[in-house]
Amino acid sequence: MTSLVVGPRAQVGRRLLRSSPLTVTVSFVFVGLLIFLALFGPLLAPHGPESLNLATGLTTPNGEFWFGTDDLGRDVFSRTIYGVRYALFGPVLIVVGAFVIGNVLGLAAGYRGGLLDASIMRWVDLMYAVPGLLVTIVLIGVLGASYLLAVVVLVVLTSPFDTRIIRGVTLEQRSLPYVEAARTLGLPVRAILFRHIFPNILPISFANAFLNFAFSLVALSALSFLGLGIGPGTADWGRMLSESRLLLFDNPVAALAPGGMIVLTATSMNLIGDWLYDRLADRGRAR
Amino acid sequence: MNRRNLALFIARRLIAAAVLLVIMSGAVFGLLYATPGSAEQVLLGTRVANEETRENIRQRYNLDEPLPTQYWLWAEDAIRLDFGESIRTGEPVLVAIRDRASLSLRLGAYGFVVAFVAGIGLGVLAALKNRSGVDRAVVSLSVVGASSPAFVTGVFFLYVFAVLLGWFPAFGQGEGLADQLWHLTLPALTLAFGAAALLIRFTRAGMITALEQDYVTFARARGVSEPRVLFGYALRNAMIPVVTASTVLLAATLTGAVLIEVTFALPGLGALLVDSVAFKDVLMVQGLTMLLAAVAVLTNLLTDILYLFVDPRIRYTRVAP
Repeated sequence: MTSLVVGPRAQVGRRLLRSSPLTVTVSFVFVGLLIFLALFGPLLAPHGPESLNLATGLTTPNGEFWFGTDDLGRDVFSRTIYGVRYALFGPVLIVVGAFVIGNVLGLAAGYRGGLLDASIMRWVDLMYAVPGLLVTIVLIGVLGASYLLAVVVLVVLTSPFDTRIIRGVTLEQRSLPYVEAARTLGLPVRAILFRHIFPNILPISFANAFLNFAFSLVALSALSFLGLGIGPGTADWGRMLSESRLLLFDNPVAALAPGGMIVLTATSMNLIGDWLYDRLADRGRAR
Repeated sequence: MNRRNLALFIARRLIAAAVLLVIMSGAVFGLLYATPGSAEQVLLGTRVANEETRENIRQRYNLDEPLPTQYWLWAEDAIRLDFGESIRTGEPVLVAIRDRASLSLRLGAYGFVVAFVAGIGLGVLAALKNRSGVDRAVVSLSVVGASSPAFVTGVFFLYVFAVLLGWFPAFGQGEGLADQLWHLTLPALTLAFGAAALLIRFTRAGMITALEQDYVTFARARGVSEPRVLFGYALRNAMIPVVTASTVLLAATLTGAVLIEVTFALPGLGALLVDSVAFKDVLMVQGLTMLLAAVAVLTNLLTDILYLFVDPRIRYTRVAP
């Protein structure tokens, strides 16, 4: 109630939020919680992520260790909280990388057409047919395990999905009057693409970013699980799960907590992405 | 369809598949040189490095030849499925792959049957009860399934069905057919959970579209029985997007199988790949990757041909855009 005049952007934002189904609202709250934990988690976590309590050893959940401890006596609750940072950092890098590559290639292919379009799309088709994670496993295994390499390979594997979608919507936009007007005015191609078309396809790439985030998180956790991502002992969810999966009989929470967080995070991102997609696609059609 | 066009289409796809395989084989051969350290050092592995073994390796893998000749000799052997001997165990790569393949194939087949029955069944159910509680439940299940990596699903299934309920064994492979199936059930269900999620999505969307078509209304008006309308008319058309998605499905299944074999400690091809990668057993990795590439290319080819039978409207008169 600060101002009576609401800008069109804020109006759209509010309308979007008010119309969201319960699952999507819960997803937004959960993602908000994750961001909060990534920023302030270390202040809240009762123990350090790597502090060993060899005297305590493995315990089931209790008053001091809410999720119990693993075989080295590390507090599972604290490690799960610290894990949020790894879970957000890598996927965000991948999403941003795929966003940039996908938009540049997709805009170029959709607007220019011809040979450029054909060659970009052949590349996209090829990447679609490749079992991405297996290629990543082989490449990282052969070149040497490194987190940065995992991120780079996943950017290359994710960007075709962006490229295909951006190309599709660019094709739709190209024939609209405002693009024709811009062309008639003699604007350079770069200005037409980035100043005029790009803002109109931004919502779709934004929705797609959430879906990419879910895919990237799952892929990165899988690599950590296989010992090909982040180093041993790190409080990364995939790594924690692989180190604790043999403790299922003794302290199941040590494996179920990080696993559950991966699924909850990926599901939230997918729900938000799907919902935004439907909304924005409808809005685009109504125009 | 014109028979000449069909032959032309198949020939073109075959040539494309062959070209793709040649490109991929180049990449697979390159893995040896992409590995840090000299090729000789990589092939030596952890064996003692005396002059004689070094000389043997140079001879055996033609390391003294120029690179194109090396590739050519490697490819010649690869066509005969000879990928050399494992650096880790000394066992021929082909033998190791053959020994491990049956478990992976059984896991894949079991998982695929469950996924197809559950995925298509639930997809049709959700489409018939569109926008009802059942529909929402099925869709939610498929979102969770698509968001759950196989190793997480596997650990949860292990906890619930093996540790808590004790219905299924946690580890091991079992003796005899029935017992083996019993031991493979949890891994297969894990595989099916992810694959069914995709199938539900595509079947439901395809079925909803198909049920709105005029030919369905007309068939009902003619008094065609409801099961025949659903399965003979609507489902057949709804399967077209499923066929399109089969390459995505295959990629997801292969990835899932690798993670599942590691999670359940099953000695299949996926576990072999992960072990070989960890040990830098490049020759084994080359063999497995080439096999994988061949499977991917063949599936693509089969998908394209399968279209002809699923959708007679498709006429391959020109390259699809």
